[in-house]
Amino acid sequence: MSKVRNPGAEARKLHGTLTASRWLIARRLSQLAFFLLFASGPWFGVWIAKGTLSSSMTFDVLPLTDPLVFLQALLAGHKPEMLAILGAAIVLAAYALINGRVYCSWVCPINPVTDLAAWARRRLDIQKGWNLKPKARYFVLAAVLAAAALTGTIAFELINPITTLYRGLLFGVSWGLLGAMLIFLFDLFVARNGWCGHVCPVGAFYSLVNTTGLLRVSASGRARCDDCMDCYAVCPEMHVISPALKGEQAGVSPIIANRDCTACGRCIDVCPEQVFRFTYRFDDRVDTTTPSQKQAAGALENAA
Amino acid sequence: MAAATKETAGFDPRRRRALKELASYCAGAAAITAFLAGVSGLSRPLPAATLRPPGALPEPEFQSACVRCGLCVRACPYKTLKLAELGDGPAAGTPYFLARSVPCEMCDDIPCVKACPTGALDHALVDIEKARMGVANLVGRDTCLNMQGLRCDVCYRVCPLIDKAITLQMTHNARTSKHAIFEPVVHPDACTGCGKCEKACVLETAAIRVLPLDLARGAHDAHYKRGWEEKKKAGQELVPGIIDLPDRLPSLPGAPK
Repeated sequence: MSKVRNPGAEARKLHGTLTASRWLIARRLSQLAFFLLFASGPWFGVWIAKGTLSSSMTFDVLPLTDPLVFLQALLAGHKPEMLAILGAAIVLAAYALINGRVYCSWVCPINPVTDLAAWARRRLDIQKGWNLKPKARYFVLAAVLAAAALTGTIAFELINPITTLYRGLLFGVSWGLLGAMLIFLFDLFVARNGWCGHVCPVGAFYSLVNTTGLLRVSASGRARCDDCMDCYAVCPEMHVISPALKGEQAGVSPIIANRDCTACGRCIDVCPEQVFRFTYRFDDRVDTTTPSQKQAAGALENAA
Repeated sequence: MAAATKETAGFDPRRRRALKELASYCAGAAAITAFLAGVSGLSRPLPAATLRPPGALPEPEFQSACVRCGLCVRACPYKTLKLAELGDGPAAGTPYFLARSVPCEMCDDIPCVKACPTGALDHALVDIEKARMGVANLVGRDTCLNMQGLRCDVCYRVCPLIDKAITLQMTHNARTSKHAIFEPVVHPDACTGCGKCEKACVLETAAIRVLPLDLARGAHDAHYKRGWEEKKKAGQELVPGIIDLPDRLPSLPGAPK
């Protein structure tokens, strides 16, 4: 397997930079929008969502509570008020309906940090590093829940880099950036896609929720795949691609069914053959009609 | 031959590798749990100068309930509440205030408690005068101006529960032997711990300070029964027929016996 240092270059050449970056741009805008919902109050005096990602109140009517923090409070022995119960139920229902890991790639403020680390890692050609299994995160999740039950405190919230970063930016807690910086260094030098793909207990929790979500990526054009490996190079959860992309002979659905898929859509962006697309869970149509983009481009060149 | 024997005995290198991996992940998880437990232990008990918002559950329960969202901080109209940074003392991200910087203004509608989604600030608190954020203590009995016979009275005057939470108790001034000392006396059964007295103390180093309840207050032993209260509860003598001996009053010389 040749290393892909600049994945998506071919797609950008074939389809234009905007098309080959559309989901990446959409995701950055989404992450910014979620942050601004919270930041517009303390920064500009326009109050939309008060609080942080661990618990918030939007327009004084919509309570939202992080279900993992809620679960830790329960395990720590606290009986929460209705507001938190309602808030956690709404969040859980929304992610169960859409796709649990959407939180990771479309909302979480750590995602741009780890994306940047992954990009730098490719550019600097740093070796894969510490070979953690993707399932390691479930052990971290178990450890976090055990700590809550044993200590009777929401212990993980002391160091949770996601809520700490939001708190830091929204409440001026200066340590907020430290966790994000450590994660950047961890992802850059220790383990590839280390935090989001192997360690983060919040991601692990949302992976567990991600069994019923409707939003999926489908490798519907897998017949066109020419093994350029660009999708593997950008995917933060590489193990999710193969079953769908290479499952034609085995009769496996082209839908990426693995619960670790964060529906970030980066594979859709970088694929020069436009093999992938967003769709709903039950749409296992396979698209074999379209000819290879590269063949078409080659034909054009030959004709000219 | 030896390898074959092992195989027949059920040795499976893949299974062994999987078990090894499982063991190392379990060890990692245990290490993380221990680390989190250690970190959570650093932040209790609450340091002496830091006070929790009104209605806060007792400290251990508070740390199982507070999700560190900051909604109470947003609800506070006087910017009294802050979220703790690492190193401030209280658990990182939890709300607290310092009486000497910005005390609690004791809002009638208690917006911070209403904003709390989890009940870490107990929603049962509806009367702010029932709040127990801490208790004021006259720690500087030797530096307090009133205790030196001067009439400062500031802590008494600013107390939102004047004459209930702080009273002035007149005693003899032994230094001048002709003046009075008006001693500020805190009544812990009425003091909410709002901190206005500590904020207002005119000395550069406050003589009156609000301390968290567990530091500031003693407690009766649970098994200790006070006879006079038990008697009132029972509505009668606890030991009927006990002989009440006559009290011996001091008698003046020359008085009739």
